[in-house]
Amino acid sequence: MRTVFYDEIVKKIKNEVININCKPSQHLLDLYEKGIHNETDGRSKNILCILKENSLIASEKMIPICQDTGTLVALVYLGKDIKLDKGFLLDAICQGVSEGYKDGYLRKSIVNNPIERINTNNNLPPVVHTFITNDDQLTIIIMAKGAGSENMSSLKMMAPSSGIDGIREFVIDTVRKAGPNPCPPISLGIGIGSNFEGVALLAKQALVKDLISDKLSYHNDYEILENEILDELNNLNIGPQGFGGKTGVFEVKILMEPCHIASLPVAVNINCHVLRHARIEF
Amino acid sequence: MKIQAPISKSMLNEIKSGDFLYISGTIYTARDAAHKKLAELINLNKELPFDLKGAIIYYSGPSPASPGNIVGSIGPTTSYRMDKYTPDLLKQGLSVVIGKGKRSKEVIDSLVEYKAIYCAAYGGAGAYLASKIKSIIPVAFEELGPEAIYKLEVEDFPVIVVNDLWGNDLYESRGKI
Repeated sequence: MRTVFYDEIVKKIKNEVININCKPSQHLLDLYEKGIHNETDGRSKNILCILKENSLIASEKMIPICQDTGTLVALVYLGKDIKLDKGFLLDAICQGVSEGYKDGYLRKSIVNNPIERINTNNNLPPVVHTFITNDDQLTIIIMAKGAGSENMSSLKMMAPSSGIDGIREFVIDTVRKAGPNPCPPISLGIGIGSNFEGVALLAKQALVKDLISDKLSYHNDYEILENEILDELNNLNIGPQGFGGKTGVFEVKILMEPCHIASLPVAVNINCHVLRHARIEF
Repeated sequence: MKIQAPISKSMLNEIKSGDFLYISGTIYTARDAAHKKLAELINLNKELPFDLKGAIIYYSGPSPASPGNIVGSIGPTTSYRMDKYTPDLLKQGLSVVIGKGKRSKEVIDSLVEYKAIYCAAYGGAGAYLASKIKSIIPVAFEELGPEAIYKLEVEDFPVIVVNDLWGNDLYESRGKI
């Protein structure tokens, strides 16, 4: 057994919650730059320049890149040979989240109940998914997930006969309907397979596919398909902020898992242009 | 085009879908929960926390100000969630609404009917937009936290006109204007 310290989990989660919200990753800066380079229309290029400048201002002043600092989603890859020195893992994650949102001056955006709707004032609870792994590693992916893009996400239980063409059609339809609402250029996590609840989680994981490549159970090299769908989507002329242009979508990432003989579940999880993810090792 | 708030209805005649506006003066934030409360007050014929005539409403829930900053991040939220309440507010004389994303047909028709415009601010650019805010004071529903109504003094706050007085829609005509 390997021991991980409760206080270390709190501290690292807190720091990374603040960092992902206020500091753009190099990857995000590269995506803005690529978009600025590719756009020929003045308005589209100008919008991308402002979005990039925004992220740099945020980093300099340590204020959030976007005021919607999101629901905090944690993907926990928990090795079977890990133990904590004290306490309970979920408590440590929650404490890190609440301290990060407080001390980082991040917006508290969670309400206690979907009907009653009273703000919990600490951004708790986070949404936590746990995966047990056959090792002594503890890895936590945190994502700050804004509601504007989450609200435009979609899930469909398709017939197996729909095949890859049906999947493409559903993805394109989802992005077209979302249009300017989820703050394009968006990124897509597409889950295919598993079952009703499994496919939604696959789509969420797909958004951070590059961060979890060593944690995946199945072959997931779909780069050709991802690039084909990306090109199709960018031909829709959605563009930055939905005002037209070539850069409506930054990235498409796909994860697949086995499914039932009668099913073809597909989920499209949309992320706004502000990709806020980090991988934390303990 | 630079414009000074509050904005008279006649000034809106000069503004077309696709124009870039730089707004200075007073604007008010209001999002989901505040809209619900404003609509309730209107239905009960009660006094509103601020005068809607010629006013500008910005759909935004800012993040808290950290020491040394006037405001935190303050970008727009998605507008369609306010569609249900918007025609009632426009009827009270609202001139400009600012958010991001598409509006319903009912809202676009109401903008034409009551002579008002809908503009988009840059979504996901709340740190950049914060630099255009000179002051922020809560004026109503403080218990709602980020969803309270705040009075903002802004300088050259940048927006793009989406729906104008003639029913044009930049999201439909994108790239062609």
